[in-house]
Amino acid sequence: MKPTSFWAAPILSVLFFGLFVGIWHFSTQQTLGEVTVDPEYAALIGAQAATGGQSAMPGPLDVGAKLWEHIRDPFYDRGTNDKGIGTQLIYSIGRVLIGFALAALVAIPLGFVIGMSPLIYKALDPFIQVLKPISPLAWMPLALYTIKDSNISAVFVIFICSLWPMLVNTAFGVASVRKDWLNVARTLEVSSLRTAFQVILPAAAPTIMTGMRISVGIAWLVIVAAEMLVGGTGIGYFVWNEWNNLSITNIISAILLIGLVGMMLDTMLAQLARAVTYKE
Amino acid sequence: MSQPFLKIEGLTKRFAGSGGAPDFTVFENIFFGIEKGEFACIIGHSGCGKTTILNVLAGLDEATEGGVVMGGREIAGPSLERGVVFQSHALLPWLTALGNVAFGVRSRWPQWSSKQIEAHSIRYLEMVGLGGALHKKPAELSGGMKQRVGIARAFAIEPKMLLLDEPFGALDALTRGTIQDELLSIVQATHQTVFMITHDVDEAILLADKVLLMSNGPYAKIAEIVEITMPRDRTRATVHHDPQYYRIRNHLVDFLVNRSKTYAGEQGDDPVHPPVVRPGLDGGAQVVPLAKTPTPSDQASPGPALRNASN
Repeated sequence: MKPTSFWAAPILSVLFFGLFVGIWHFSTQQTLGEVTVDPEYAALIGAQAATGGQSAMPGPLDVGAKLWEHIRDPFYDRGTNDKGIGTQLIYSIGRVLIGFALAALVAIPLGFVIGMSPLIYKALDPFIQVLKPISPLAWMPLALYTIKDSNISAVFVIFICSLWPMLVNTAFGVASVRKDWLNVARTLEVSSLRTAFQVILPAAAPTIMTGMRISVGIAWLVIVAAEMLVGGTGIGYFVWNEWNNLSITNIISAILLIGLVGMMLDTMLAQLARAVTYKE
Repeated sequence: MSQPFLKIEGLTKRFAGSGGAPDFTVFENIFFGIEKGEFACIIGHSGCGKTTILNVLAGLDEATEGGVVMGGREIAGPSLERGVVFQSHALLPWLTALGNVAFGVRSRWPQWSSKQIEAHSIRYLEMVGLGGALHKKPAELSGGMKQRVGIARAFAIEPKMLLLDEPFGALDALTRGTIQDELLSIVQATHQTVFMITHDVDEAILLADKVLLMSNGPYAKIAEIVEITMPRDRTRATVHHDPQYYRIRNHLVDFLVNRSKTYAGEQGDDPVHPPVVRPGLDGGAQVVPLAKTPTPSDQASPGPALRNASN
């Protein structure tokens, strides 16, 4: 097999992208149809809508133009319901990072304890198994009722959905540290604190990082839905608001940006994971 | 009568039988002693509990009965006084060779500065010929080099006793030979007390002062203590020219192949005083008679008995 050129895959990607955009463009192209409604009504609601010539679905050029508009001025503020898409993304990323960091602060130490003690593992396992499959959004009413603050409730929902993958992975990683390494620490009379930080933590770090990566992915999935519910700010609220405005162009732009930010978060954690991975 | 530096007394390991099954006894009534500066090898078939004995010495495992006394104190739990070289090298893969050795050194001398720790660790890595691979991770080292790091880590804490669990088992013959030579010269230079498990008869003859032969389990015991009577300054290149060499080797192989299965205390030996033999000497293959049997409370090292025998 001949080695493929470095550029082969990117060129193919561009080709696929072009194909997709092309099909999209032609299937949403405006065709001026015949007048199907009363001309006066048409004058009232706009000629194109009246003729049925325009699909509600925007074409790639419309979306591109809108996207450019958003990127050129991402932080404008024209009142409560009209903030720039950059501002909205920053709100969402902020909520995700705060909820995720709080979850890490709880899940990693707790996972350590669970992983080290088979007794505590057995005692807590039923709770984890019941709580883990609950959709984080199911917590929302309870959070709103007890916390009484929509913003903190959204952070709480992120916290609760980030918690479980990190907790379970940390416990698993800690419990499956190789016995040999622990024996080395024991024969060298290494203190338990040093063993925890210099043997167990680095040994379990790749597994913990995998849990963190899963968590941040779920958190980014959940934030959009949570913000649709709590409203106010954030990219999820933006999407819902634009749905109410029936601006499909804005919705598609937001969807694209949500995907890009999610990829960015995952890449960042993947880099971190690479830094703590070791080869045996 | 002087006590040996390390004394194993009545060591027994039993596993409770499950579901009403009788207990499973791996070994019982193991008695032996190791003098300071002595190199003892233990040979026996798999399953006779060699590794368990070593783990008890290391403090990583507990015997069902009996105990171990080192330097007048009973062993309870692991200690920096006993360095262990693990069969699977057990290096921490996220640390470099230097980091792995320094990990133990820092634990041994917590008051040392990082510079002191590094210098000390480098000295021991250079001793095992790894001066050029200080900053390599274990994954970048060959099997032999990894085991060298493990040896350097154990030596670097300057333990009173070194425990080696079949350290060369996973290495190819050439590498094994080289590291055996290195170990031999280090041990000769430092007069380190060593207890080593091996499956390799030639390795035992080359390195050891005495070889403990274990019968097969269950109910394994020390069948014989074979003294290697060749001069201590052996080298791998010349040791097999010594006329004693093949006599000792034949004796060991003969035990492993023929006698270890059926041994089970055939001569009704006193387990407190396993028979000491010196197959290297003319007529030495016979069991060296023991002096009067003392009460179990003052188990003798084989020392005085041997002195009597050689008169």
